[in-house]
Formats: sequence, structure tokens, C-alpha cells
Amino acid sequence: MFDPVLSFVAAVGQRSLQSVREVGYHFALLVEGFYWLIFGRWRRQPVRLAAIFKEAVGVGVEAIPIVALASFAIGMMLAIQGIYSLRTFGAEGQVVLGIAMSVTREFAPLITGIFVAGRSGSAIAARIGTMQISQEIDALRVIGINPVRYLVAPLLAAMLLTMPALTILSDLVALFSGALYCAGELSLPIGIFFQRTFEILVAQDVLHGVLKSLIFAVIVTLIGAANGFNVSAGAEGVGRATTRSVVLGCIGIILADMVFTFLTSR
Amino acid sequence: MTADLAIDVSHLVTHYGSRKILDDVNVQARQGEIMVIMGGSGSGKSTLLRHLLGLHRPTSGSIKLLGRDITKLNADAMFDLRKNMGVAFQGGALFNSMTVGENVELPLREHTKLDENTIRIMSRMKLEVVNLAGFEDLMPSELSGGMIKRAALARAIVMDPKLLFFDEPSAGLDPVVSAELDELILTLRDAMNMTIVVVTHELESAFKIADRITVLDQGKILMSDTVAALRASEQPRIMSLLNRTPRHDVINADEYMPCTGSPGIAPRATPTSRTSQTLPESRKARW
Repeated sequence: MFDPVLSFVAAVGQRSLQSVREVGYHFALLVEGFYWLIFGRWRRQPVRLAAIFKEAVGVGVEAIPIVALASFAIGMMLAIQGIYSLRTFGAEGQVVLGIAMSVTREFAPLITGIFVAGRSGSAIAARIGTMQISQEIDALRVIGINPVRYLVAPLLAAMLLTMPALTILSDLVALFSGALYCAGELSLPIGIFFQRTFEILVAQDVLHGVLKSLIFAVIVTLIGAANGFNVSAGAEGVGRATTRSVVLGCIGIILADMVFTFLTSR
Repeated sequence: MTADLAIDVSHLVTHYGSRKILDDVNVQARQGEIMVIMGGSGSGKSTLLRHLLGLHRPTSGSIKLLGRDITKLNADAMFDLRKNMGVAFQGGALFNSMTVGENVELPLREHTKLDENTIRIMSRMKLEVVNLAGFEDLMPSELSGGMIKRAALARAIVMDPKLLFFDEPSAGLDPVVSAELDELILTLRDAMNMTIVVVTHELESAFKIADRITVLDQGKILMSDTVAALRASEQPRIMSLLNRTPRHDVINADEYMPCTGSPGIAPRATPTSRTSQTLPESRKARW
């Protein structure tokens, strides 16, 4: 009678233990990543600027079109929904407030984070995972190159640089598309839209979004890298790590967003 | 006597989880010697190699490379020692995102402050040594199996290491290419006085290049001696190893393992180094 209960409890315990271990691994990876970024120079293993820029192009610059497109759609969607719902109160004019606040505080960092997680989180996991199974990680170590310093630290720096930049780009594009729709629907000139937006917004709103994007940058990098390093079962393992890093990355971003917003916006 | 030992492993015991892989292994190699490590799949030879490379921590025992015990070295000292070690992995382990030239140049870029031109010239020279001059701009995916091994060898020797480790140089190669690699290994020893450790299945190749052969069996050293002594050995397992033709070596090596079954056509042995990678504990412990 107790057996199913016991095995259930054991399974829950093992799962929890595994989760705690995984969180610990991510944290260790984070600490080591920052350690190499800051102290690498003194340990004769500097994180090279060229490597950071190369990664920044991959995770940041190349993500511009897709993030811009998504932000454009989000801005327009917010304007449509905003006008639709505010019309109930006859307060269509207030739509600028709604768009400005929700884009800068919420939608721009979130949509950027999720797109970067989808694009780069999977790429990081696949790249490191493939290197793991083809012994390239071992090769790095025997050459005397710390894999975290060489693979993770430049990525972390690149993500921390490009994610806020992408978020601000997303802010601008979404506001612009919102303004476009308002210009058509409410005959509100684009110039006036932006003027009112800047009156409403305080620096803190934008900063709120940018800070969130920094947290998302860390989450995407760590989840991608940790899943990559833990690949063990050949090509299938790489596939699993890729899927896992996208799913966990997106969920991580949404959960972190909720916690951060809860802690800072009340 | 101990002064000129380039490799001195004593009482090495290693585990994966609770399973003992190597049991009281003692191996020595002098400077300028080629030591071949032989043994069937699961005998622990790849595990021994990975410990020699400092990729895992042993349970007990010491591993002295060039007089320094790597089980006790701190990260900085290990970093320095690695400049004197070159490794050619079984699958080459070339970085797929870089060209062949960049692969060979990487250790120089990371460990030296040489200018761009010198780095180019040095890597080109090493590629010439392995007969791959002019292949700098190709990607590893564009090379054949033999070329990948040679390129990996070029990367391994680009720092002129005192110790060179070579995992299964002939695995997956045709006899001609494999013979060429053997010649290359001999040349490296003679020209650069390197101490070379080769892990192999191939008897023929082992006899051709070895100064000393270490035979591992179920995690223990069966014999570690010169080629002549190995040939004269009356140890039954070693005799059964020698009495086969070299072509059947792979099967034979598997056959003397109690865990493998039929002596028919055994599948090509999966490298233990790969198997050892599948253990997450070892991985998580050290990136």
C-alpha cells in the first residue's frame, strides 16, 4: 500500500534534488563567467574583445530584423486593442499612455527576450553540445583554454551589451507602429504621439525595461550554455538540449519577468 | 634514473561512480620515448589517457608529467604545463567553426604574444610537417578522415610540446594512411625528441613505432616493457594477443575481454574516451 506513495515521494525528492543541482550549476556557471570577464586578464586568459564583438553580431545585430518585425506587430496590436477597449469609455485619447507604458515596461523587453531565447538560446546549446560530443571541449581544455572563459564569457558579455540595445530598439519600433495606427485611426499626428509619449514616460519606465532585459540576457546565456555542456547522448542529446534550452529559456524569462515586476512595480 | 622520466604514473586508482576503472596502475616513459598503450575496449586505456591529460581527477595515486605531479598542481601551474603538452584526439576534435589554419594557430594565439606573421609562418610550417601545406583555408568538414587526423596532429605539435598524446591514430583509416601517420610519429620523436604516448588497437602499428608497450587489461597493467620483451613474454593473454595476425587485432583485443561475447566479427570498438564522456558526474565536476 505504501509502495506507490513511497516511490512517488522518492521521485519527487529526486526531481527536486536534480533541480537544485541544476540551479547550482547555472549559478556556478554565472560566477565563473563573470570571474573570467573580470579577472581573466590577470589569469593570463583574457576574454578577448574581438570574441565579444563577434558574438554580439551573432546574438544582437543579426536579431535586429526579427525583433523589429515582432515589435512593429506588437505596437500595432497594442494600439488596435487599446483603442478598441478604451472606446468603451470614450477615452481613445488615452491610448498613448497605454501603449507607452506597456511597451517600455513590459512588451519590448519580453518580446526581445523571447526572440533572443529562441534564436540564440538554442544556438548556444547546439554549438556547445556539438563541441562536447566531438571532444572539442576536451581539446580546448588540453590546449589550456578554459571552456567557460572561451565560450561562455564572451557570450555573456555580448548578451549583456546587445539585449538592452535590442530592447530600446524594440521600444522605438513598437511606439512608432503604435503611432502609425493612431495616425490612421484617430488622426493623431505622429509628432504629437511621440511628444505625448515623452511627456508621459519617465526615465524609470525605460530603465525598468532595460534592467529586465539584462536579467533575460543572463537567463538565456546560462540556460543555453548549461544545457550544451551537459549534452551526453550524441546527436539526440544535442537535439534535446536545444529544445530544452528554448523552453526553459522562455519560461525562465516569463517567470523572472513576473517576479521582477512584482518586486519593483508595487 | 627518475630525472629523465617524462611520464611517471604510480599507484593510480580511478573510479567512475562506484565502479573501479583503473586499479593500481604504474607506468613510466623516458624523455624521447614512444610509449604505446594497448588493450581491449573497456580495458581502461582511454581512461588512463584522459587522466594523463588531466581531464579527470584520480581517486588516488600520482601522475607526474615532466617531473610535476598533475594531481596536485594548481590551475596556474597546470596552465603552464599544458603549453608543453600536445594532444591529437581520436576524431581530431578540430574546431568546426574555424578553418584548418585557425585551428593550428589557436594554441599560439592563446599562449604566446607572437605577431600575426610569425603565427602564420609557424602554423604553416607545422602543416607542412604533416603534409597539409596549402590546406589552411579549408574548413575541417572539407577534409578527409586522414587529413583531419594530420591537421589535429599539426595543432598538437604547433607549440613544440615535450609530450605528445595520440588517441587511436589509425582508427578509421586505411592501412596506407595509417602507415604514413606511423612514419610521422617516428619522425617527430627523432626530430624533436618528443615523448609520445599513443593509444592504439593496431598491433602492427604498435610494433612499428613503440619503444615501450603497456598492455592494459581490465584496469590493470598486464605488462609494460620493450617490444622485444613483449614478444618474448609467455603470459597467456599476451601470447594470444601476439599470435593473431594484425588484421584481426581489433577482434582479438575484444575477445580477451571476459565481458565481450562471440569471437566473430566484433563491432569496431567504441572508444572509451567517448563513453567516459557520457558520465555527467565527471563532466559537472570540471568544465
